[in-house]
Amino acid sequence: MNTQVPGAQSSWQFRTPKQTLLRWVGWFWLVVLTVFCWQVMNENTIWAFVSDAPDQAADIGHRMFPPAWSYINNLWEPLWDTINIATLGTLLGILIAVPVAFLAATNTTPSTRFVRPLALLIIVASRSINSLIWALLLVAIIGPGLLAGIVAIGLRSIGFIAKLLYEAIEEIDDKQVEAVRATGASGAQVIDYAVVPQILPAFWGISVFRWDINIRESTILGLVGAGGLGIQLNASLSTLAWNQVAMIFIVILGTVVISEWVSAKVREAVL
Amino acid sequence: MALEPVAQSYPTRWKRPPVLLTHPLWRKIILLGGLVYLVLAIQTVEVDWQRVYLGLERGWRFVQGFLVPDFTSRWNDIYAGLMESLTMTVTSTVAGILISVPIGIGAARNLAPAPVYLACRGIITVSRSFQEVIIAILLVAMFGFGPFAGFLTLAFATIGFLSKLLAEEIEDCDRSQIEAIRATGASWWQVVNYAVQPQVMPRLVGLSLYRLDINFRESAVIGIVGAGGIGATLNTAIDRYEYDSAGAVLIIIIAIVLVVEYSSSYIRRWVQ
Repeated sequence: MNTQVPGAQSSWQFRTPKQTLLRWVGWFWLVVLTVFCWQVMNENTIWAFVSDAPDQAADIGHRMFPPAWSYINNLWEPLWDTINIATLGTLLGILIAVPVAFLAATNTTPSTRFVRPLALLIIVASRSINSLIWALLLVAIIGPGLLAGIVAIGLRSIGFIAKLLYEAIEEIDDKQVEAVRATGASGAQVIDYAVVPQILPAFWGISVFRWDINIRESTILGLVGAGGLGIQLNASLSTLAWNQVAMIFIVILGTVVISEWVSAKVREAVL
Repeated sequence: MALEPVAQSYPTRWKRPPVLLTHPLWRKIILLGGLVYLVLAIQTVEVDWQRVYLGLERGWRFVQGFLVPDFTSRWNDIYAGLMESLTMTVTSTVAGILISVPIGIGAARNLAPAPVYLACRGIITVSRSFQEVIIAILLVAMFGFGPFAGFLTLAFATIGFLSKLLAEEIEDCDRSQIEAIRATGASWWQVVNYAVQPQVMPRLVGLSLYRLDINFRESAVIGIVGAGGIGATLNTAIDRYEYDSAGAVLIIIIAIVLVVEYSSSYIRRWVQ
């Protein structure tokens, strides 16, 4: 058992010395970067407010309890609005995302040089801007209300749905497309009979998943004036009515839990 | 296949059978319900078309601002906001990873005893159930305005995301490798270090980079409720109707998201 290999190290090492050194250098720079960022970030931090935070937390907690249960009667309508923003916004997103996805997928796009980059640009622009920022812009442009919220949710959903959908389109089985094309089907018929049936489960899964995320996001869109529960939240926050805020949080939490359950059930049934 | 009796006349048209909701009655009920909901929902949307018409001019100015962005006149504000966002992103991601690794290990059923498992899963559920913006509102109320509240928000949100995915990854580990290390008489720490860590490390690096990307995007949002960062700059620009500055901020956000996304996917490919 104790045969000594010539030139072998006396104890086993996980990595070669060079790898170890490189790793240490990498970690060192990461720590330096973090410390530097921490310093820059906290240049203007007032530490008195930070050390005061436990007292503030206790105070807010005290004021939140008990929640204003009767306030729920003011919340049914905003809740209905919130659900409508999420659902109609998701529908709007789907309507635009489906053609974009077909233009972005390499196997269905009419031109990989001109159309595909454009479709990918739409997807990236939509994905990198959060729905709250879209709402901020749209409230300034088309005025406060449900419409701004619906359009904001729709614009944000385009990127998400189109990205996942075009990846699903690129993964389809080519043989089925060939088979349908061999019957003499036109381009539209190939998409209808060969592509769509293959991506339909993915499509429903993605849509319901995005609807679930949109319910979450639409609860806060009202903070910038785009309708729904957020408007009530903003009103209660600005009057420092923390017991109403607590009630709104409970309603939001309940809605999110239910929508997550619904989306999980639907995805289970579809996929 | 058994021989079918010859039909008297073949159907000349073929109708595609429904894939989902094959039961015809349920199909009709759900379609009808969806239609009724759609009508009710659209009725709640009150649109002031005159306001929209007036807003179109503003919308056009915004499009112009986006096409001809103004980086210079508010550059100091943009720079300050950008620095806050970037530093907040880095520190919160690092802090979030440091906290979520032990929680993730605790939330893996194959490594942690039941009480630890339940406690860690509880932390993850709490962290995941609230949106970043709501947490930011509470933390701004407690810690005052500025990027420190934003840092705490993003770190808190990172914990829920990273611990959950890390725990799932640990639970999916190859059992035979753990068995093999354990058979050498290794302690719990040594099992984690030599059997689990090498298996989950590439995935952990990938998830951390992905979270870095998400944290930057979120840092642009939580500024709207006072937690510092580029979102505050954007909010101010829109409030002042300076759409060309707002366009510049949006272009910077999109560009940084693109750079982070591409470099992180590059690093992930290199690590895995």
